Amino acid sequence: MLRYTIRRLVQLIGVVLVLSMLLFAWLRLLPGGPVSALLGERATPESREALTKQLGLDQPIFVQYFKFLGRAATGDFGVSTGVQPGDSALDIFLQRFPATIELSFFAILIAIAVGVPLGYLAAKRRGGWFDNLSVIGSLIGVAVPVFFLAYLLKDVASSALGLPSQGRQDAIDATRVTGFFTLDGLITGEIDATINALEHLILPAIALATIPFAVIFRITRAAVLDVLDEDFVRTAESKGLTAPVIRRRHVLRNAMLPVVTTIGLQTGALLSGAVLTEKVFSFAGVGQALAIGFERRDYPVLLLLIIMATIVYVVVNLLVDLSYALIDPRIRTR
Amino acid sequence: MALLEVRDLTVVFQRKGEEPFHAVDGVSFDVEPGQTVGLVGESGCGKSVTSLAIMGLLPKRATKISGTVTYDGTDLLKLSDREMRDRRGRDLGMVFQDPLSSLNPVVPIGLQVTEVLERHRGMPRKEAMIEAKELLDKVGIPDPDRRLKEYPHQLSGGMRQRALIAIALACRPKLLIADEPTTALDVTIQAQILSLMKELVQDLGTALVMITHDLGVVAGLCDEVNVLYGGKVVEKAMRHKLFAEPRHPYTHGLLASIPRLDAPRGEKLTPIRGSVADNIPWTSACAFAPRCPNALDVCRAETPAEVNKLGRLLRCHNPVVPGTPAAEEVQA
Repeated sequence: MLRYTIRRLVQLIGVVLVLSMLLFAWLRLLPGGPVSALLGERATPESREALTKQLGLDQPIFVQYFKFLGRAATGDFGVSTGVQPGDSALDIFLQRFPATIELSFFAILIAIAVGVPLGYLAAKRRGGWFDNLSVIGSLIGVAVPVFFLAYLLKDVASSALGLPSQGRQDAIDATRVTGFFTLDGLITGEIDATINALEHLILPAIALATIPFAVIFRITRAAVLDVLDEDFVRTAESKGLTAPVIRRRHVLRNAMLPVVTTIGLQTGALLSGAVLTEKVFSFAGVGQALAIGFERRDYPVLLLLIIMATIVYVVVNLLVDLSYALIDPRIRTR
Repeated sequence: MALLEVRDLTVVFQRKGEEPFHAVDGVSFDVEPGQTVGLVGESGCGKSVTSLAIMGLLPKRATKISGTVTYDGTDLLKLSDREMRDRRGRDLGMVFQDPLSSLNPVVPIGLQVTEVLERHRGMPRKEAMIEAKELLDKVGIPDPDRRLKEYPHQLSGGMRQRALIAIALACRPKLLIADEPTTALDVTIQAQILSLMKELVQDLGTALVMITHDLGVVAGLCDEVNVLYGGKVVEKAMRHKLFAEPRHPYTHGLLASIPRLDAPRGEKLTPIRGSVADNIPWTSACAFAPRCPNALDVCRAETPAEVNKLGRLLRCHNPVVPGTPAAEEVQA
C-alpha cells in the first residue's frame, strides 16, 4: 500500500512537470498578452517594449521556462500582472485556494448528504412515485446550467431566505490564520465569524452541488439496486437483523465503491463549476481568479492555479483509490 | 402437536399485464420437533418459494400468499414485519445454496456470526465473539480465531458453508431450513456438509426442512419426503417407503434417472422426458401429464385428487403399480 502510494506520488511529479511545460507554451500562444492587457490598445510602442522587457517576455520561450522553473524551486512563482497586479502569484494562491476548497468541500458535502440517502430510498422504492420523482429531479439537476441556477439562487433565494449572496464574509473584524474562514473562527474562538462565513457559503455551495448531487444520486441508486438483489442481503434478512443494520452494514457498505469513485471524478467537475459559481457570487476564490486571469493574460497566476488544481484532482483520486482498500477487503489482500 | 404445520400454502406471483403464476399451489406438510423433512423436485417446482414463504422472505409486492404456516402454535403469515423479524434467526434459521454469494464480501466472518447473537440474544460484542468462536469450532472450522477475522473470499467453499450453518444455528432455532445447501459444493465436500448437518440437528434436536433436487441427499438425511411438482405435493411418504416403492410416475422417474455405478457400461440413462416448461396448469388436468409415461386421457381432462392411503399421499390418476416391469427397473 505504501509503495503504491509513493509510486503514484512520483507519477504526480512527472504529470506536474509535463503539464507546466504545456501550459507555459499554451498560455503564450493565446492572442494578446499581459502587455496589451496592462497598457491597453493605445500604448506607444516604446512603453510596450519597455514592459515586455521588464516582464522578461522578450526572451526565447525555453529560456523563460527554465528561469521560471529555477525560481519556482525557491518558491517564487512570479508576480501577478492582472488578477491583483503587483502581488506575488503565490500570495494570490494562498488567499484564494482556501476559499475554493471551502466552497467545493461544502458543495460535495451537500451532494453526498442529499444524494446518497435519496439514491438509497429511490432504489428501495424502485418504480414507486418517490423513485420516479427523484430520477426526474436528478435529470433536471444535471440539465439546468450552473450559472442559471446560481443567478436564480442569488436573485430569488437570497432575499427570500435572508442569506448573503456576495463574497466570503461580511466586512467584520476577523483574525486570519489559515485562510479557511470557517476554520479561522473556530481556531481563534470568533464563532460569529465562522457562522458568517458559513452563511456566505450556503447559496454558492448549493449552486455548485447540483451536478455532483445528481450524479451521486444516480450512481447510488444503481449501486443499491444491484446490491439489494444480492444473496447476502437475503441472508441478512434471514438472520432477522434490524433494518438499519441491514442498510448500513450489508447494503450501503457494498454499494459505496462506485459512489466513492464518482465522488473522486466529480472533484474535476467541481473546479470547473467553481469558475461560474464564484463569478456569480463574487466569491474571491480560484475560479474567479482564473476568469480574471484569462481575461488579462496573467501568466504566472494562471500557471500556478491550474497546476495546483491538477495536483488536487490527482491527490483526491489517489485518496479514492486508497479508500477502495478500506471498503473492500478483496482489494486489500490482492 | 407438530412444530411446523404448513396448510394449503399458496404463493401467487401477479405481475402487471401477465397471467398470475401459481408458484406454490396448496402445499401442506408437517414437521415434528427434531424431524427432518425433505422437499424434493426439479428447479421451478416451488420448493424454494415454499421455504422463502415460511421465512417471510418473499418480496411483498406483486406476491399473494395464502394458507397458514403455524410454528409452535402461531401463524407466521399473520405476524407483522417486525414480529417476523424477531423470529427469523432466533426461532427459524436458514442455510442457502451458494455460500460465497450468501456471505457479505466486505464484512469479516466474525461479525457476520456475532451480529445475529447480538440481535437475538442481546450479547455484547465481546461475549458474542467468544460464542462465535465456539460455533465455528462446532461446525468444524479449524483455527476459528483466525477465521473470525477473515473475509468470505479467504475461506474455501466448504468452510463458507460451514460458517453459514454456524450463523443459522447460532441462536439454536428449533427449525432449520436448508435450501439446496450442497448444490454449489464439490462432491467430497457435499458429503462432509451433509454429515455435519445430520450430526448437528441430532445433537441440538433441531427440526430440518431439507430442500433439494438430489435424491441422494434425501436418502441420507430425511425421515419424511414430499415430492413437489408444479407447486403441488404429488407424493408424500416416509423415506423408506418412497424409495422402496415410488408410486407417482414423477417420483419413479426421478429415481430411475439416477445414474448407477453397477449398471452395464453403455446403458443409456433414463431421464424424465421434457422439462418444466411443458407444464400445463393444474386446473382441470395433471401438470405432469405432458411428460408422463403413464398418462391417460383422464390425466389431461381432470385434476387428480389427493389420496391419503396407508401412510402415503398420492396425487395421480394412474400410479406406477409395484411389481410391473417399469417398477422393477428402479428396484434392480
